[in-house]
Amino acid sequence: MSRVVLVTGVADGAVARTARLIADRGVEVGIEKVVGVDTTLPTHELGKVKFIRADVRTPVIGKVLAVEDVDTVVHLGVAPASSRFKSTKELNVIGTMQVLAACQRSETLRKFVLGSSTAVYGTSPRDPAVWTESGTARGGTRSGYPKDVVEVEGYVRGFARRRPDVIVTTLRMAQILSPRSTAPLAAYFRGPVLPGVLGFDPRLQFLHLADAMEVVRLAAAHDRPGTFNIAGDGVMLLSQCARILGRPVAPLPPVALGAAFARFARVMGTEISPDLHRLLTYGRVVDTTALRHIFGYEPRHTTRETFESFAAALRPGLLHLGVPR
Amino acid sequence: MNDDLRTIGSSGKPGRGNRSTSPSAAARSLAGSGTPRRPPKKRQIPEPQESPRLRAVTDEDAAAAAAAAEEAAQASRAQRAATGADEQEEPGLDDLLDALLGGASRLLGDDWEDRFLRIAGGLRHRLSGDYAVDEFGYDPEVVALLEHVIEPLAETWFRLQVRGIENIPAEGGALLVGNHSGTIPLDGLITGYAVRRYAHRALRPLAADLVFALPFVSQMARKLGATLACAEDAERLLQSGELAGVWPEGFKGVGKPYSERYKLQRFGRGGFVSAAMRAQVPIIPVSLVGAEESYPLIGNVPSLARLLGLPYLPITPFFPWLGPLGMVPLPSKWIIEFGEPIRTDAYPAEAADDPMLLFNVTDQVRETIQQTLYSLLVERGNPFV
Repeated sequence: MSRVVLVTGVADGAVARTARLIADRGVEVGIEKVVGVDTTLPTHELGKVKFIRADVRTPVIGKVLAVEDVDTVVHLGVAPASSRFKSTKELNVIGTMQVLAACQRSETLRKFVLGSSTAVYGTSPRDPAVWTESGTARGGTRSGYPKDVVEVEGYVRGFARRRPDVIVTTLRMAQILSPRSTAPLAAYFRGPVLPGVLGFDPRLQFLHLADAMEVVRLAAAHDRPGTFNIAGDGVMLLSQCARILGRPVAPLPPVALGAAFARFARVMGTEISPDLHRLLTYGRVVDTTALRHIFGYEPRHTTRETFESFAAALRPGLLHLGVPR
Repeated sequence: MNDDLRTIGSSGKPGRGNRSTSPSAAARSLAGSGTPRRPPKKRQIPEPQESPRLRAVTDEDAAAAAAAAEEAAQASRAQRAATGADEQEEPGLDDLLDALLGGASRLLGDDWEDRFLRIAGGLRHRLSGDYAVDEFGYDPEVVALLEHVIEPLAETWFRLQVRGIENIPAEGGALLVGNHSGTIPLDGLITGYAVRRYAHRALRPLAADLVFALPFVSQMARKLGATLACAEDAERLLQSGELAGVWPEGFKGVGKPYSERYKLQRFGRGGFVSAAMRAQVPIIPVSLVGAEESYPLIGNVPSLARLLGLPYLPITPFFPWLGPLGMVPLPSKWIIEFGEPIRTDAYPAEAADDPMLLFNVTDQVRETIQQTLYSLLVERGNPFV
């Protein structure tokens, strides 16, 4: 049986590399063709992946599904807002709705993989220390990217209910840090001074891009129904991250949260969204037992290794001690 | 003094005295020996020059002063050139080094070089971020450091007595359930210290969500091993074989007025019992006497507390009248008794879903603590002696 995989959001570098990985290693499991879709032209080399320029916010995606006989959709088009695009919300939520609407009509579809984020758990002081997949957000999902992710996952659950014959895999990924990433947290760590929240030292978890790509590939190639948290082992405090980078943390009082914080961050050359600000206040840690035991994947890079390889690619900061690695 | 009343840690130490008939070594040295101490030598005050104290400064004065200063500087320069740098009166580099070495060896003992290197190494590895915290944010190095601060507070100031330490299992999970009191949750800190010091295990406190919303407090609480008092965290800790501590009275316990001291409040909703049952670990009742007197709460400002988002705003005999000084706890005598473990592994796993059983076990724990508190109070007598 020849299989066709459709990947959304391939204009992003990491997604393009994931699509190529699925195409290159797809022969083993009978994946014949990988189709990449996005609204803008991809910036990275796509290799064997066939690129179709299509707006996921319009019903044209349904035609792509029908013409290419797609049996697996890997929806990676849900991303946090970056300053380049103002229409992130449209792309995230309306795009997902259109993709799901097309999927529901498709007769050839067998599998749907959603690239979600641990942002779905929100961030608040009432959070449990470690989130399992069954937890529901207790705060911090009222706006921005976390709200998008919660809505997107809700639509995917609705789709799974209406099409019980389709295998649905939801992959909740922690913060991906890679040297070329433009994600908000990576941009934050590139700043010369890290604005922090006075009196808070959040616990953070990172995910290596190689692990994220491999998990998506496994989910596309094999049948892994369910929802899984994906993160590197271990936990790091923001203060530890700053010390490894050798960048000073500038603590700002938590009272006048939004305005002053955002302004200072912009002066320092980074953009801090309200949800990143909450993450830098309370932190978030997820449990990856289900990934190991049910999904069957052991992350190869710990949180610390991920961060150190990210830090090694940056210029050392002002206070760098020259730690032997 | 009978045997079980003796403070753990002080027994058998030479020179401690028994506080009733023979004074301790420290007390004896305070009382002084036969030779009276010489009064410190007074510094010689230079005789004041005979000149009028106050008068207008004229240009001539200024010129004269400048000339005098110039002359003095020249003289000192000439002298320095004549005698050489070694013989000047100010302390030289060698003296400074000697003093530094002397101070170091006095502070750190004879093997000060090794210890200094170790401290510097520790500082360096902290500063380079090369240390690990667990998934709750628990940082053992910070706890070890804090122990040095709490030890004098617990042992000298509160004269802490610890009983029934053998009831804490040497390994495996257990849930310590204690009474909460004393305006500031100092009792949690001291219980954690006692468990660490005498049972050599880490206590992981389960704290209210307010703790994690407050700046500094949340940061410190996570580093000390505390986590949110919710079913997920409690079960995760207990199932991984940790000692968790919970104070089910919560703010009703710490914020109760002095007149209601040692009267246990409602024990939450019994969530701690279901967590222990699911993890099949024993519940250890902890009765703590002394915290109520260290910060007697005589008043509360509910309106201001609501404005600040706090559960209560305490007024004690010294706070806020004396400012920060009013935050020093009164030196009451503290006793912690770890009671006999209440086993939960005899119940089947589905017992955690039986509310009647949960209420019964909750009441059993509460009654045990209340009765122990009464007997400890009778034994202790005067809270400050």
